[in-house]
Amino acid sequence: MGTLLEVTGLGLALGGRPILAGIDLTVARGELHVLLGANGAGKSSLAYALMGCAGYRPQAGRILLDGEDVTALPLHERARRGLALAWQEPARFEGLTVADYLAIGGRREPAECLREVGLAPEDYLGRPLDKTLSGGERKRIELAGVLALEPRLALLDEPTAGIDFLSQAEIEDVIRALRRQGAVLLITHQERLAAGADRASQLCGGRIVCAGEPAAVIANYKARRCRRCDGETCNG
Amino acid sequence: MADLATLYDAFRSLGEDPGTILAPDTAHIVAYGHQLVSQQSVPGVRIEAHADEQGVHARVVVAAGWLVLQPVHLCFGLFERFGVQNVDLDLVMEAGAAATFWSHCLFMFPDMARHAMDARIVLEDGARLSYNEVHYHGLSGGIEVLPRARVQVGEGAHYRADFSLTQGRVGRLDVDYEVEVGRAATAELTSKIYGHAADAIDLRERVHLNGEDARGLVKTRVAVEDQARASVTGATYGNAAGARGHVDCLEIVRGEATASAVPEVKVSHPQAKVTHEAAIGSVDERQIEALMARGLDPDAAVERIILGMLG
Repeated sequence: MGTLLEVTGLGLALGGRPILAGIDLTVARGELHVLLGANGAGKSSLAYALMGCAGYRPQAGRILLDGEDVTALPLHERARRGLALAWQEPARFEGLTVADYLAIGGRREPAECLREVGLAPEDYLGRPLDKTLSGGERKRIELAGVLALEPRLALLDEPTAGIDFLSQAEIEDVIRALRRQGAVLLITHQERLAAGADRASQLCGGRIVCAGEPAAVIANYKARRCRRCDGETCNG
Repeated sequence: MADLATLYDAFRSLGEDPGTILAPDTAHIVAYGHQLVSQQSVPGVRIEAHADEQGVHARVVVAAGWLVLQPVHLCFGLFERFGVQNVDLDLVMEAGAAATFWSHCLFMFPDMARHAMDARIVLEDGARLSYNEVHYHGLSGGIEVLPRARVQVGEGAHYRADFSLTQGRVGRLDVDYEVEVGRAATAELTSKIYGHAADAIDLRERVHLNGEDARGLVKTRVAVEDQARASVTGATYGNAAGARGHVDCLEIVRGEATASAVPEVKVSHPQAKVTHEAAIGSVDERQIEALMARGLDPDAAVERIILGMLG
């Protein structure tokens, strides 16, 4: 498995406050890599920085995708190169249907992608992507949207949050499918999901304090001294 | 001189099928400027129209109890660079009648022209009317559009009006609609407008909920860019027990454009309730990023969001 994502020395500050510092991270092709950490550790910020979101441009370090330096590329150029992000709280749109949304940039049939996340296409394709959808429905549609893109690297920010527990298995199947077609960087608070990953990294105070076998990283995370991230690293 | 072939060509250029609009089983009025080109009544829909130097005068009556399956088409336009079109319309939906109207307003060529509509619309008890007005404008911005409507909605009747001006330059638009809603009747007014360059948009819509349990919704979606200007007044007055109304205004501003919204709600009966929401601003950054994350560049993402809102 060759390296798909290589992040070196990534640093990010927002409003003068350091958010990420010295991040070194690699994700190989076909790998499911889990990011663990308490709320505020910097997991979502790292995903946004990798994706190239406005306001999350790193002040230090570089990001290579399949050997290409994408650090200076804007969001849409990174998307065109195969990076995709399933947002923790996906946006809603007035006047845009689920079918419209999945078709934007999509390489796969929207109906097929909806089925894979457990939603009946006949019930959802024509629905507006607005506040009439529940949080769980919107999250599943977001995952279907990532599937439709057939990304090389899928960044999934808590994809199972808000999903009923009976449907968790479907979401896990989606994660496996995305791993097969490229690689997945998964942010999760679910221990079972984390345990099934190939590798894991633990973030605390904007730094990676532990990385390697998931079992070891989970154990380190559970034994952490801090209950929330206050900028001081723990158990590093 | 314009004829039906001119209209056919215009519709085809817009991707529409004129054959369905002017089919033999479809009631219609076609007028260019102050020239009445065609009128057709069908069973259940009586059209009496004539034109003179002052304008086009039309009376349309949908007979009591008739459910009109084919939409009624009103086609107005100017095909010269300069001109004036005044339209004087009386539309009566008799008790229990139901119909859908499409008003096609074609102003693709004028450099300096004016279209003024003065409409009186009456829905008798139990009638249902869906009135869709779609404007197709050219790129010169030299058109002035002044629609006026006074609408009475009788007991248990339902009035729905959709106004759309999202293709080409708006020019100058000054809309003034006033709707009186009777007992257990409903009125829904939706306007979608996209202004560019130096377009000027003034939109005033007032709904009076005068009957018990009357319902009203005024929904406005406006986007302006460049140096365009928009002023929107959506007003709803709750005057009877059980009356419920809502004013919903969303305006998106780009470039040097400016927009204002005045949602006016007033209640004169203790058991009436009227609510409002208004938002003006640029396109939500999160929405833009969500579409950019699917490969759209920033301009395409903003355009997609605006067209979705106006779609």
